[in-house]
Amino acid sequence: MSSAHADYEPTHRVDHLLIAEMVTPGSRVLDVGCGDGALLHLLTETKDVDARGVELARDKVNACVTRGLSVIQGDADIDLDDYPDQAFDYAVLSLTIQATQYPKAVLENLVRIGRHAIVSFPNFGHWRIRTDLLLYGRMPRTRNLPEPWYLSPDAHLCTIRDFYDLCETIDADVEEAVAFNSAGRRLPIKRSLSLQNLLGEKAVFRLKKAQPAR
Amino acid sequence: MTAPLKHIPEENAAAKARAHMLAPECEVLTIPDSEPLKLDGEKLLAPFSIAYKTYGQLNADKSNAILICHALTADQYVASRHPVTGKPGWWERLVGPGKPIDTDRFFIICPNILGGCMGSTGPASIDPKTGHPYGLNFPVITIGDMVNAQVRLIDHLGIDQLFAVVGGSMGGMQVLGWCSRHMERVYSAIPIATAAWHSSQNIAFHEVGRQAVMADPNWCGGNYYEKGLVPRNGLGVARMAAHITYLSEDALHEKFGRNLQNRSERTFSFDADFQVESYLRHQGSTFVDRFDANSYLYITRAMDYFDLAAEHGDVLANAFRGTQTRFCVVSFTSDWLYPTRESRDIVQALNAVAANVSFVEIDSIKGHDAFLLEEPEFAATVEGFINSCAKRRGLAR
Repeated sequence: MSSAHADYEPTHRVDHLLIAEMVTPGSRVLDVGCGDGALLHLLTETKDVDARGVELARDKVNACVTRGLSVIQGDADIDLDDYPDQAFDYAVLSLTIQATQYPKAVLENLVRIGRHAIVSFPNFGHWRIRTDLLLYGRMPRTRNLPEPWYLSPDAHLCTIRDFYDLCETIDADVEEAVAFNSAGRRLPIKRSLSLQNLLGEKAVFRLKKAQPAR
Repeated sequence: MTAPLKHIPEENAAAKARAHMLAPECEVLTIPDSEPLKLDGEKLLAPFSIAYKTYGQLNADKSNAILICHALTADQYVASRHPVTGKPGWWERLVGPGKPIDTDRFFIICPNILGGCMGSTGPASIDPKTGHPYGLNFPVITIGDMVNAQVRLIDHLGIDQLFAVVGGSMGGMQVLGWCSRHMERVYSAIPIATAAWHSSQNIAFHEVGRQAVMADPNWCGGNYYEKGLVPRNGLGVARMAAHITYLSEDALHEKFGRNLQNRSERTFSFDADFQVESYLRHQGSTFVDRFDANSYLYITRAMDYFDLAAEHGDVLANAFRGTQTRFCVVSFTSDWLYPTRESRDIVQALNAVAANVSFVEIDSIKGHDAFLLEEPEFAATVEGFINSCAKRRGLAR
């Protein structure tokens, strides 16, 4: 492992860096759809967290475990049901929710399993996507959505505004929401949802299951 | 039924195996009459012996010990030459200096299971109360009993917590047994190609094997030892049938196809015309030279009885509640004896108690036996997991 581990120096994704900021050191984190384990690695190395992952692609799972990360082969749409309530401090879904079959059920599980859920997703309300669709009348293809519609794994795309609505539907409180522009900079316009939804290329939300009124 | 197995004169090998069983070429822990083992079947067993091999050095704080649990027909010679067959250790691919389970870093303990026939107490051992071999007077044992006997060995070695417990197939059942009954004594665990309960199909195959042994007139109701007989044909057939379950259709096809054995034409007889027949007969007859038929009955029975969920109110997760152990569950795509689905059941139960678990399915056509064979991705997985656990445990390189 040592050689593989030492050679492994990923370029950190902006949403990963922000997620790492949101996570308390030493906490327990479940990364659903952990891919090659870049976020798990980042969290383990910089935040000393007890980080676990779930990943659908077998080759990625095996590569993660070979690098010493705790990852299981599993499907976010199926296997999250197994986890007990609040088993983790944070349940993370980074750029994965749009590829799930049942995003609502997945998000409900996420806020159930984690005391907090952190979700990042590509914003389909970004101005470039809107103009592409308006001007050319075709499904937009961008850096975040590179495949043509018939090959794309992203079955459930949404906008930042849509995501707020879903949070409300499942009784999750939005604790923090940050949008990034196409240069990877955080948008300094936290208060204006319309501007976030127009200028944000990706968004990161931190959620918590709403406490029932006493 | 096939033609009888060829009796290649192997008296020498069989005698060697018998001699080793009674006086093994390895260390033996003997538990005295005063400290009996309470078996799951309520009986007490004492005295009893556990024959074991160790490799590497135990460190000063005794934190680098790895217990390797062997499968049905393996033994304590995991990483050194087998004294009866002369073959290399059964897991030298994985265990040795610089290997994924590195004997330069870790202290490896591999005991022969209770009920085995390589020096640990089993049905072929002499019952001190009668002066004769136990035969069928040996109590029926369970996987849990095997584990509890190993606990005595670990106590004897003065080890509080094993750094890792590793095993495939029935060895994996023992790993799960450790992680349930003695979870606080296991820092990390690698159950490989195994299941939390023995399936109906697996019980069925075992029953075929046992019936083959018992149908052999030389079995004599289990009292063949002092008659100088060995139920060779019965045990050989049992091994042949079992061996098929360790492989896969693809592996058999790739290895043998319909190729004929040392002949260009069919003989229109019941000779071993096909390579696959010849191969199986060879597997059967060499097995008989090193393995005790009654041990085969007892060990397969222990596997059949294994059901970790049933021991915990039919909820497998309860077997692991409160565990702090780090798990790496491994399965192989073509293993139809312990299919991935059964590993997934284990993972699901571990998730239900929020245990720290990794789960890897290795793509292989080699069937159940893949865990014993050259599978680089599997070796890399074990190495990566062990190394990351060692780092967490503060075991420097």
